Amino acid sequence: MKMPVVETQPLLTVNNVQKLYAINRGCQDVNFSLYPGEVLGIVGESGSGKSTLLNCLSGQAAPNSGDIIYHTRAGEDLNIYDINEAKRRLLMRSEFGIVKQHPRDGLRMRVSAGANIGERLMAVGDRHYGHIRDVASNWLEQVEIDAERVDHLPSEFSGGMQQRLQIARVLATHPRLVLMDEPTGGLDVSVQAKILDLIRTLVADLNLSVIMVTHDLAVARLLCHRLIVMQKSRVVESGLTDQILDDPQHAYTQLLVSSVLTP
Amino acid sequence: MNSMDSMNSMDNTESANVSHAQQSNYNFAYLDEQSKRTIRRGLLKAVAIPGHQVPFAGREMPMPYGWGTGGVQLTASILGEKDVLKVIDQGSDDTTNAVSIRRFFERTAAVKTTTATEEATVIQTRHRIPEQSLSNDQILIFQVPIPDPLRFIEPSETETQKMHALEEYGVMHVKLYEDIAHYGHIATTYAYPALVNERYVMDPSPIPKFDNPKLHMNEALLLFGAGREKRLYAVPPYTKVKSLDFDDHPFEIQQWEENCALCGSDNSFLDEVIVDDEGTRMYVCSDSHYCSQRVAEQEQEQVSSSHSQNKSEDLA
Repeated sequence: MKMPVVETQPLLTVNNVQKLYAINRGCQDVNFSLYPGEVLGIVGESGSGKSTLLNCLSGQAAPNSGDIIYHTRAGEDLNIYDINEAKRRLLMRSEFGIVKQHPRDGLRMRVSAGANIGERLMAVGDRHYGHIRDVASNWLEQVEIDAERVDHLPSEFSGGMQQRLQIARVLATHPRLVLMDEPTGGLDVSVQAKILDLIRTLVADLNLSVIMVTHDLAVARLLCHRLIVMQKSRVVESGLTDQILDDPQHAYTQLLVSSVLTP
Repeated sequence: MNSMDSMNSMDNTESANVSHAQQSNYNFAYLDEQSKRTIRRGLLKAVAIPGHQVPFAGREMPMPYGWGTGGVQLTASILGEKDVLKVIDQGSDDTTNAVSIRRFFERTAAVKTTTATEEATVIQTRHRIPEQSLSNDQILIFQVPIPDPLRFIEPSETETQKMHALEEYGVMHVKLYEDIAHYGHIATTYAYPALVNERYVMDPSPIPKFDNPKLHMNEALLLFGAGREKRLYAVPPYTKVKSLDFDDHPFEIQQWEENCALCGSDNSFLDEVIVDDEGTRMYVCSDSHYCSQRVAEQEQEQVSSSHSQNKSEDLA
């Protein structure tokens, strides 16, 4: 029997990352590897350090210590805080994608949907209007927004549509690693379901690697292959999603799982 | 003297200015010598890095912001006693702003002033580049309201500085994209962004995009001063300046179906003027010196041709 070729080189390796604002405030002793095509969830309560960790990973806040090593498309291993800022920002807009919790933070609200998607393309050097527009319309359809609305402002869209537009904008330049901060936070459940469905399809189709911060265990169950549980700036448990949610070992994880409301 | 020499000889103006200062209550060209020197240092840096915005210690001028305080400070800093000054506003020598700035320097510096483009060594301008091509012994000074072309999309100053430093100019095309999406063509008609010396994107001040091609490889030294924002920048002579565009929507300048009603020019920038209550309109050159010069030439031709006609009649 022919075995499928499995990429054994991790896409992202995090070694002893520490970023503290005060004692046990921020994140510390974080270690993990992310492999291509994998969806990793970071769960934990508010203030546990999830977002701090995500900011470190997305190049927005340098950690106090530790290494974040990214394996680029060209096959280089780069410590993302050792390279200069120009290179890091280029990496962030060509190979990384960041989806914010509030679409308003991730979109330009004063320019059209098409320009929002096109901006990333123009930022990496596309100078052909017709091509940019075609790509934008194409992406709108992929995220189930009518391509007719390419010239509409994001403010004319519903919250769910704005979030889908933000996802289209991020994915337009084919990033390899997408970082998401509570992508379904603040949306009602039916809209949430649609976004989750979309993310799941796109992740499979495009072979994306995703790191997703969430406090919603149902979202984690649906999307994530592996989970990291954080509490008071430390990782208290990590493992396969089903394993962690069905058989939590750490007292805090047990509390988290038992706190979930079931209708 | 070419414009680079005039930059070097600026320091010589200092001693010459002393005699003027003794006669007048103001220092030569209003500003004190220290302020002028800091601005000249900024200008040297700006010339060395074409298109890069250099901060400078802007002074209060006896006029409100928005009336050309940036341009006036630059003019005051580089003006020498032998300079001939021309001031234009919207292409015209006789609008309020042009007249008052010209008078300001007549009174505080006693320099010779002119309306003739070719006679001037220093030209301060608002909104236009003269139609007549400039030479390498002239300096053109622009009054700039908002120096940073990235400001419309990025309100943070630290962020725009970083974007300039790292050449992240992708967002400049977002505005042009929006124009095409909404109007079918690039509808930005003034303050049209341009790439200077293949490095910095510059806002060429509110000149019409009609004038953008004149920035490219211009023989004169072009200086830009923003008084409120306290920034100056420069395009040295013979520098490449490319207006931003898309591959399938190339940069184009405005065109008119009419010719100038006064001089008949078909290739100058025209202003639309409403002449009566019925809404009758005429189009005239915005560059008043260029227009009047052409009218004078045409009249002279007519005179000389009618003169020669008379002569031939006499002979007959």
